[in-house]
Amino acid sequence: MGEVVPSAVDNTTAAIAPATARGPESPWRSSLRQLRRNKASMAALGVLIFVTLICLCAPLYANDWAHVNAFSSNISGRIFLNGHWRSVIQANSSGYGESPIGPTWHISNYFLGADSQGRDVFARLLYGGRDSLLIGTASALICVFFATISGLAAGYFGGVIDWIVSRLLDITWAFPVYLLAISLSVILVTSGFSVGPIHVQAGSLLLPIIIIALIYVPYVARPLRGIVMTLKEREFIQAAIGSGASDWRILRKEILPNVAPSIIVFFPLMVAFNMLTESALSFLGVGVQPPNASWGTIINDGLELLYTRPWVAMAPGLMIVITAGALNLLGDGFRDAFDPKAKLRGSI
Amino acid sequence: MLKFKSTRKLGVVTSALALTLTGLAGFSASPAGASSYQKAHAGGTLTLLASTAGGTLDPQVNYTLQYWQLYQATYDGLVTFQKVNGPASFTVVPDLATSLPKITNGGKTYTFTLRKGVKFSNGQTVTVNDVKASFIRLFKVSNPNSGSWYNAITGGDACVATPATCTLSGLVVNAATNTVTFNLAKVDPEFIDQLAVPFAAILPAGTPTKDEGSTPVPGTGAYTFQSYNPNSSLVMVRNPYFKVWNAKAQPQGYPNKIVENFGSTVESEVTAVENGQADWVFDPLPADRLGEISTKYASQLQVHQLTADWYVPMNTNIAPFNNLKARQAVNYAINKNNIVKLYGGSRLANTTCTILPKGFPGHTSFCGYTKGGGSKYNGPDIAKAKALVAASGTKGAVVKLVATNDAVNASVAQYIVSVLNQIGYKASVVLQSANIQFNYIQNTNNKVQISLTQWFQDYPAASDFINILLGCSTFHPGSDNSINIAGFCNSGVDAQIKAAETLSITNPTAANVKWGQIDKNLMTNFAPWVPLINPKLTDFVSSRVGNYKFSLEFYMYVDQLWVK
Repeated sequence: MGEVVPSAVDNTTAAIAPATARGPESPWRSSLRQLRRNKASMAALGVLIFVTLICLCAPLYANDWAHVNAFSSNISGRIFLNGHWRSVIQANSSGYGESPIGPTWHISNYFLGADSQGRDVFARLLYGGRDSLLIGTASALICVFFATISGLAAGYFGGVIDWIVSRLLDITWAFPVYLLAISLSVILVTSGFSVGPIHVQAGSLLLPIIIIALIYVPYVARPLRGIVMTLKEREFIQAAIGSGASDWRILRKEILPNVAPSIIVFFPLMVAFNMLTESALSFLGVGVQPPNASWGTIINDGLELLYTRPWVAMAPGLMIVITAGALNLLGDGFRDAFDPKAKLRGSI
Repeated sequence: MLKFKSTRKLGVVTSALALTLTGLAGFSASPAGASSYQKAHAGGTLTLLASTAGGTLDPQVNYTLQYWQLYQATYDGLVTFQKVNGPASFTVVPDLATSLPKITNGGKTYTFTLRKGVKFSNGQTVTVNDVKASFIRLFKVSNPNSGSWYNAITGGDACVATPATCTLSGLVVNAATNTVTFNLAKVDPEFIDQLAVPFAAILPAGTPTKDEGSTPVPGTGAYTFQSYNPNSSLVMVRNPYFKVWNAKAQPQGYPNKIVENFGSTVESEVTAVENGQADWVFDPLPADRLGEISTKYASQLQVHQLTADWYVPMNTNIAPFNNLKARQAVNYAINKNNIVKLYGGSRLANTTCTILPKGFPGHTSFCGYTKGGGSKYNGPDIAKAKALVAASGTKGAVVKLVATNDAVNASVAQYIVSVLNQIGYKASVVLQSANIQFNYIQNTNNKVQISLTQWFQDYPAASDFINILLGCSTFHPGSDNSINIAGFCNSGVDAQIKAAETLSITNPTAANVKWGQIDKNLMTNFAPWVPLINPKLTDFVSSRVGNYKFSLEFYMYVDQLWVK
């Protein structure tokens, strides 16, 4: 590997890095150590791991503990609670209207109550978390992947390639994020997507993942392009060019390692942004499609129960706040550790 | 109001069901238009709320309860349903005609004399030429029922076939005598009822012969549409040229201005009415708010029995529901008691197994698709449904159910999709604005397999359900106005329908027996629908509203409400 100059690992950091018998500590190790010292970030990481683990346990909870189907209507269902059988959907005392059962606070028995379809809200919350986290993470990975390729190509090669890539990014950037996301979702989510041999069925989780990933590419690619353009003028790159190294080698061995800290800083922030976007789209009915759940769809389900069963909407709302907050704290920690001079947040 | 979001037709109950009025202290039961006008209550702005608009404002095209209710105060036909409370509201009275028609030629000729001096809201005087032009326009704008109702007029069939060259030879007007004569190709005992609905509104002769969409068309009623933006609001103001000619046909209204705002959720609509920020909720009230409304705001809630169906039409022409066993499977699978719960409970709806609502002329009690069979609904039979799906060879088929996106419809749709998945289909729901869903599901180009919709009677006759919703004459492939949503057309059943209609001229009682047999035949041997429930209507009004009047034909008289 050539010279690694993550901007995060500036001279100060290098100077205070303790020397060992094996020589000075690597910039990566130093950054990770600094991250570990950041208590807020570590707490956020703990929260994220906890949320992820409980969401991954959704099938275990639904099938083996609560014995509920989180995706099927259970309007005429009954539960045994405090020595009595009770309907999941209950008639109001006046005889007009029916309301789902509220939180029982019994972890294995409609802990957060039921939604208007008689489904266990807590079970759906866990399943919804899986979908929300999956979409947020997968779309962030796809987004960062394409943004990195675009940013590297445009910044390094310049000229026509830069012009074409930049204009494509400009066009995407020109649309307000949510307007573009809703427009694409309305068209694709309800009718599916088919190009050549690729077929994605309507309602597939792949659709919100792809849509959300693509709309955020410019927001990551443009700052990366700027970083690459700056790096390209640095002596070690010029030296590599002068020594006859191929473009591919320079990009892979010289540029990418130096851009990586910025990408790492971007990633948790993009997960948070993408998760929020997914929730917004699902809330509007153009993201995750019922009977699948995401935190956004559960909030939508709870909207009509806001007055009598507020927990249906509040619980996923709280989960979004907690998870997005943790991702942002972690992103800040990454920035402090890997790229303290970055001003990435302002570009999103 | 409850459920009528995207519904077409008003409707109502037979006298046997009559209406059930609950609560509402201070609401008068006196006739709406016949009682003396109380000037002290005139004035103010009445604010109505609906989550979405009801589509085109053109009275000869729109087929929704949402706007038919408003048309009562804005348009007139030659005759109309009497604007009074209770069963008498089914009675047809002269409106722009001076009297009920003189019927001659064995029931095939109807002669009206047009009232003189009536003006449209644009200041033009109503003439017999406007009458002729209005009926020709009705064909040119592809009125949903032009091929099932108004083609009874001689020349009507030709107008249906080639609207552009329609002259409607059977409609003869005489400016000298101010008379309008309808010559029918055949006797039609329901023709007078069909003249009393908004489709037959008299419009200025110069009205463009296309769907006017959001552009208000001048009318003769007490109010006129001032503006309409389907994304925000509809405004009605007093018609400056209106003078009362027959208070039972077109009474003077009370509010100076009537505004219907669109875009809120039904939850916020209810809250706004509770807080006195608006006066009436059009949408079905959410089930979880009914408890609160019926206790804390009981005096502002009214409940009425309706002759209406909530039903699931299945497209009999495309897979998987072009297979009878698949349609029967869905009939067996849906738990109608659950639909009642989602609608608001047993005090607001009853399960139904028939096309004709309970208490409706021709209704016969039977229930072919329920556990154990019989005349009463005993719950679903999932095992039988699964067996039928397997036998039909449609297991695993991808199915999309199209419903409106209001809370109650969306909830019912989600439940039905859950049931479809349970019996072996790969089902999903497509929720659309009520603004477009009703026309979308009618158009065969959209290839809708199954949908959720409602039907409220036009007038109390069995043909209004069976012939209109399942007759060949109302199935128009490729058209937004193809009210036979199931696309069902069977020559044998159509012959039975024609026979029942003919019989109703001479022997209505025997005809009703026949309608009941057709209903049973349709459900047993063809199952084009899943009839779900017969709903009741709930009107939730603000505390300041007075003078609530209810027509069995057109529901609450919006223009008769006091806000002052």
